[in-house]
Amino acid sequence: MKPYKMVGLLEEEYNKIVEILGREPNETELAMYGVMWSEHCSYKNSRALLKLFNTKGLRVLQGPGENAGIVDIGDGFAIAMKIESHNHPSAVEPYQGAATGVGGILRDIFTMGARPIANLNSIRFGELKDEKTKKLLRGIVRGIGDYGNCVGIPTISGETVFNKCYNDNPLVNAMSVGILEKKDIKKGTARGVGNSVMLVGHTTGRDGIGGASFASCDLTRESEENRSAVQVGDPFMEKLLMEACLELIKTDCVVGIQDLGAAGLTSASCETASRGGSGIEIDVARVITREKGMTPREIMISESQERMLVIVEKGKEDKVFEIFNKWGLHAVVIGRVTDDGMLRVLENGKVVAEVPASSLADGSPVNYRSYRRPKYMDKLSNMDIANLPCPENLSETLITMLKSPNIASKEWVYSQYDYMVGTDTVVVPGGDAGVLRIKGTKKGIALTVDCNSRYCYLNPYEGAKSSVCEAARNITASGGRPIAITDCLNFASPEDEGVYYQFRNSILGINEASRILDTPVISGNVSFYNQSEKMAIYPTPTIGMVGIVENIENSMDIHFKDKGDSIILVGETKAEIGGSEYLSAIYGIEAGRVPEVHVEIEKNTNEGVLSAIEKGLIKSAHDISDGGFIVALSECCFKNELGVNVNIDTELREDIFLFSESQGRYILTASKDNIKDIIEIFTKLGVQAEVVGEVIDSDFKVNINGRNVINLNIKEMKSAWKGSLPCIMNQ
Amino acid sequence: MLKAYIDVTLKKSILDPQGTAVKEGLSKLGFEVETVRIGKHIEVTLNDMNRENAEKLIDEMCLKLLINPEIEVYSYRIEEE
Amino acid sequence: MKAGVVVFPGSNCDSDVYSVLKELGADVKYIWHGEDKIDVDLLVLPGGFSYGDYLRCGAIARFSKILEGIYDYVENGGYVIGICNGFQILTELKLLPGALLKNMDLKFICSDCILEVSNDNTFFSRLYKKGERVNFPIAHGEGNYYADDETLKELERNNQIVFRYVNNPNGSRNDIAGIINKKGNVLGMMPHPERRASSLLGGTDGIRLFKGMIESFK
Repeated sequence: MKPYKMVGLLEEEYNKIVEILGREPNETELAMYGVMWSEHCSYKNSRALLKLFNTKGLRVLQGPGENAGIVDIGDGFAIAMKIESHNHPSAVEPYQGAATGVGGILRDIFTMGARPIANLNSIRFGELKDEKTKKLLRGIVRGIGDYGNCVGIPTISGETVFNKCYNDNPLVNAMSVGILEKKDIKKGTARGVGNSVMLVGHTTGRDGIGGASFASCDLTRESEENRSAVQVGDPFMEKLLMEACLELIKTDCVVGIQDLGAAGLTSASCETASRGGSGIEIDVARVITREKGMTPREIMISESQERMLVIVEKGKEDKVFEIFNKWGLHAVVIGRVTDDGMLRVLENGKVVAEVPASSLADGSPVNYRSYRRPKYMDKLSNMDIANLPCPENLSETLITMLKSPNIASKEWVYSQYDYMVGTDTVVVPGGDAGVLRIKGTKKGIALTVDCNSRYCYLNPYEGAKSSVCEAARNITASGGRPIAITDCLNFASPEDEGVYYQFRNSILGINEASRILDTPVISGNVSFYNQSEKMAIYPTPTIGMVGIVENIENSMDIHFKDKGDSIILVGETKAEIGGSEYLSAIYGIEAGRVPEVHVEIEKNTNEGVLSAIEKGLIKSAHDISDGGFIVALSECCFKNELGVNVNIDTELREDIFLFSESQGRYILTASKDNIKDIIEIFTKLGVQAEVVGEVIDSDFKVNINGRNVINLNIKEMKSAWKGSLPCIMNQ
Repeated sequence: MLKAYIDVTLKKSILDPQGTAVKEGLSKLGFEVETVRIGKHIEVTLNDMNRENAEKLIDEMCLKLLINPEIEVYSYRIEEE
Repeated sequence: MKAGVVVFPGSNCDSDVYSVLKELGADVKYIWHGEDKIDVDLLVLPGGFSYGDYLRCGAIARFSKILEGIYDYVENGGYVIGICNGFQILTELKLLPGALLKNMDLKFICSDCILEVSNDNTFFSRLYKKGERVNFPIAHGEGNYYADDETLKELERNNQIVFRYVNNPNGSRNDIAGIINKKGNVLGMMPHPERRASSLLGGTDGIRLFKGMIESFK
């Protein structure tokens, strides 16, 4: 095998390296190009399209290109956020893969000078009947929990989704959010000739060597055996590193700071140098290794966790030693900033690698991939629901829905995460968005992560738009105004024209929604090659979103509060059952035309809901998504074990009304006195809103056109919904 | 150099839910076993010293830090590295 | 009242309990684990994962410099409260009997948790009523209280059990959620009263615990 192939490069890429260097690269240099020019680090297959994103806005202080994006939330504070995939490592070693995913994203946040205050995650698995899937679910949830819990960052929201398309490729998308004072923003830049380059935190070992190139290939049997590429996380070390770095950032000695993630020391050094327009010279002999006999190549590409590169003003190194010593951590000067634009690697003073830093960081060839609308799209969208019989007993159907893994309570998952540490969590998991208070202000932030990948499969453009709109509805229902997006684009192989069509159209869809809702994309991540020999995942552009809650006292949850309150359905219910959870869970069908999204109408609807919340008119708000009106209605009842008496007049078939996933809808409750004011708000905005029933004691009764179609007891429903996951997991 | 291989286990009187879970797992795979108990394994490399001193030192380490005598017991062997 | 919250490497509920004490008017400070003088009326060992919970929860923290003087401090009547990881450290220190094992179902559990006040006649619990039910959240992987039969009998006899779980979440013997030493100046508990000190955060059941201590010093 050709040496360049062993590091995952193509012949034309190798030729380009030779052209850049004017000579053949040596082994260390080749390994460095191999990891930096991998898809994972270089975004070579996505860069051209990512440029399309709407990334600007009045609140944006830092857009894509840094370790995390930053938005202004007023009062001198800003929020840093980022989402990142750790799919391949989690598939091979679920516990460590997920744990180090959380570790990496936390470092991206505190690298920016922000203190992490919340974690979120979107995790996706194959069918839960499979023992392999259960093992993955157990390991991944435990990995996420153990890491975040130990560092002391609350995991306040997320989503857990099951679909057979993830049977061989589970997805782990970890998101972290931090707070900082605007004046404290730090960046990953190396400037100032002679300034010191310091490596701090954990020692360097052989773990995770080649992880970045590993993440950029299909999962095969060999890769399952290739476990040396998996890193091991040490959350205790991370906690100390976080505290030490945040203490260090408050001093005046830091010029730039960057975490060592994929491609380790190679990426941290070439990226900081490239961003600063400078060069860096480091001596690998000064790096503290935890194994004997590590070669320069191994040291340069090791992905040992919990390490940071800090560019320190010359003469101020002692302050760094003092702080890191206090926390019991290593800190060593491994090199210095130069002005020649080169990344020069020495071993005991002797040059072992020397390449232009920017060629490593940004020099990879950009691939303009071709794309073609996949044939399956037309075939699947023509499916007609009218041919399917309406279930005779809709009460039974509802119970089946409530038990299905995608709808059932995810308490089994989120109770393994400490979601309260930090004592800021105002709205806890199990509803729409998570809400945190911002101590020292009247404000709060609402956070969510969403994607409907079934929609994205059936129609990537509309599906991606829906995902953004659903995130915005979750934020709105919690009392927040959406302000920014971080996205994690999980796809199969970009070399497949159909997949590239999915990718391109997802980006265009996100973009349309993001422009209209004024929620710029401030950071993100792309994960390709999520496919096995047998199957490819559905396109999964996960949307992480943050919103501002102007007055934290107005934050809202989904739970019905008092008997006698009126239930209001906001938005129009149409015959939109294509791609629904209902079709999938009851009929095993994943087809049809996905619900239409009119972003302008969504925006108006959100304005109305927010206005009703801010005026103190309503007591609960829940957005309608998977499972439609009836599932959302059920979810509102569970916490306080209240029932409903609902009467619907509709032209639609009963099951279609109940389970339709028409977009732009909410369920609100309010005391009767406020109904007139609430309806007026929506009427003025041209948004449909009507009272459909009231909150009652413990019976769950729904009549359609005067006929009773559902008659259940809330306790029975709750036990079906709540008991489902634990029951499946204990089988 | 001497190396001590120390095993720490829960006292017999203490319920070991991990062991119980593993027993059930084994049973699912068709391995019927009487009991499973799960413990910790610790390896300590010692500076130059004779075996007698090493044993004294290991006992001291165990009682002071490596085990909680309320709930755990230990055993070890020492070998030449 | 002068209070000190000890910060061990890996503590992560230190600022939560600090904030509550401060809001309620206590003269509170952080105490770094490397300090050597306990010069406060109340010493708080906060929740978290001191030393990563490696080896056993609390096993390494117990040898911190600041805790060298804790036996004299307690002997002289100084008050100590250990919450969650703090409780684990107190049992490792042998200031409280027993040990905390892995939760019965082996999973970390974060949730609201209803407790019953079993003893309201302590420095810590005097603003509660015996038999009263309160909601303090739990968040732990190893909160399954174990002590041998004799110790349990003694704890019951001396009325040393301060809080009990109403629906035992972790397998603790005798539903024990929090106990006090014989002398009555050291409390250890797994649930987090500091997480229920604001109506915004779901309730204020925890406030009285801190208020009770602060008011004793007025």
